[in-house]
Amino acid sequence: MKKVWVSLTYLVFLILLIIPIIKIFTGAWAEGWDGFIEALSRPQALHALMMTGIIVVVVTALNTIFGVMLALYLVRANWIGGKLKQLLNSLVDLPYAVSPVIGGLMIVLILGPSTAIGALFEDIGFKIVYALPGMILATLFVTFPLMVREVMPVLQEIGAQQEEAASTLGAYSWYTFWHVTWPSIRWGVIYGVVLTVARSLGEFGAVLVVSGNIMNKTQTATTLVYQDVENFNVLAANSVALVLAAFSVGLLLLMEWAKKRKEVH
Amino acid sequence: MHIEVRGLNKTFGDFHAVRDVSFDIAKGHLIGLLGPSGGGKTSILRMLAGLESPTSGDIIFHGKRVNDLPPQERGIGFVFQNYALFKHMTVYDNVAFGLKVKKTPKDQIRERVMSLVELTGLKGFEHRYPHQLSGGQRQRVAFARALAPEPQLLLLDEPFAAIDAKIRGELRTWLKELIERVGITSIFVTHDQDEAIEVADEIMIINKGQLEQKGSPWDIYKSPQTQFVASFIGESTMVEQVERLRGFEEAANWPGTQALIRPEYIEIGKRSEFRIPSATVQGKVKHLHFRGSEWMVEVEVGDIKLITYRSLEKDVLQPGEDVHVLIHRAYLFNDNDTWIMENKLKEDPMPIHI
Repeated sequence: MKKVWVSLTYLVFLILLIIPIIKIFTGAWAEGWDGFIEALSRPQALHALMMTGIIVVVVTALNTIFGVMLALYLVRANWIGGKLKQLLNSLVDLPYAVSPVIGGLMIVLILGPSTAIGALFEDIGFKIVYALPGMILATLFVTFPLMVREVMPVLQEIGAQQEEAASTLGAYSWYTFWHVTWPSIRWGVIYGVVLTVARSLGEFGAVLVVSGNIMNKTQTATTLVYQDVENFNVLAANSVALVLAAFSVGLLLLMEWAKKRKEVH
Repeated sequence: MHIEVRGLNKTFGDFHAVRDVSFDIAKGHLIGLLGPSGGGKTSILRMLAGLESPTSGDIIFHGKRVNDLPPQERGIGFVFQNYALFKHMTVYDNVAFGLKVKKTPKDQIRERVMSLVELTGLKGFEHRYPHQLSGGQRQRVAFARALAPEPQLLLLDEPFAAIDAKIRGELRTWLKELIERVGITSIFVTHDQDEAIEVADEIMIINKGQLEQKGSPWDIYKSPQTQFVASFIGESTMVEQVERLRGFEEAANWPGTQALIRPEYIEIGKRSEFRIPSATVQGKVKHLHFRGSEWMVEVEVGDIKLITYRSLEKDVLQPGEDVHVLIHRAYLFNDNDTWIMENKLKEDPMPIHI
């Protein structure tokens, strides 16, 4: 009986993970090295990878700064009332509960060109929806809980005493943060960064709704894969997917390493 | 630093943690804040440090009101109960922290840190991390770190609570000597009366957020001003109808008066052991407990049970034995007053009974 379950588990693992990866590999190499390069060097492919790159960098930077700040406030700030803190704390998890597509839709409904705010921004020449800012916003929405949820437990665990000790020794908040708090939360933050990068690299639903998926303009790597599949350009889809997959595997390894460091400290 | 506190109050929501506390502390004194857990001692200490802001009242250092100064500018050193050492820094960096913040030149930092390391007996441990040290060593690091920026007031929150009993005694003596040598005004919080009595020049007894009494350990022991202080400091037995004890009949003049009698107020023994046997009353030994260096004796006088100690050098008593009991004095209190009453029989060795 046990043997059956073990082999069943392996089978599921094989079907869900191993076979698709092999399939992507063989798909991308169907016409050898040349086909792979050709698929990637299409202008729309280069543009899509660049868009993904920009989104990843901007989103990770913003999410790291604001995620750490919000985590600090939620754990440490005494001037935020208990009820408000609870509300904020549960709001952080909202993106987990809401489907990314709906998250994207909310952005369109609030900031789209037909809304008051959207029109206002468009008048001053700043397009949000169907442009890069909206895509960044959508990805930010989806990835927001990742950093906060990584850093908060670490902050709770180390407690406020080391920071209080620093303040009685004459250190103000900025100095205290970099010399006392940061060394303790560092690995948690790195873990959060890895998760954020992975998530924003692969985000599809929210970005699709917000971007309009316009080739050479608002197309990201994931939405390009989607379009290539729609156009039966399987080789190209596999090639771009392979690049994304390779990044993900690299991140996964980095994550394992970060996790180990986090446990050590 | 001279410290003045006036009408200090602190509430956390509905909980009134500190109630109208006022006191003065002279420069260079070592003060023990003593009281049961949850009595508001730590809140007072944290308000002095600026880590907590008072709901009302004034804190005055050197004649200057510091209520609105952040902890960074109060010139205090704080030793936390769990030391709160920076765990990713070596002993050297921990001690140097306060000096680095002040941008002290490197060679001066080195000099100051090394002298403190030596003073606290941590020489050779400068490059260790806190997790590589024993509890007593961590305590010393916390102490050196707090002293490094030359504060004018040292605040210690239960400094010995996390250390095992044997080393605690050594550390107490060490700390007292060190504070005397440095000459810094210090306040420490403790719930251990032995610790407060042994270490402090002056004790402040805090109960339910109120300052019950302030004075030298001897004063507080000798003349407690409230019932709480009397029962909290030292050991005592409560006697509800003290007028039934011979020599204390006068207590009947104050109805509703109860008494606290300390073990050391009571002597027991055979008739021949007393100089004035007429002052004694008859009692019966109920139980004997061996307490390492003496016997603890439970003795019954009439239906009143008293506790006292008896030297191991004297004849061993047996449970059930009849003994003479001399009660030197009792600490009397009722709803509006507290006073000490001496045994009247002792004053008049030949009472005339008509």
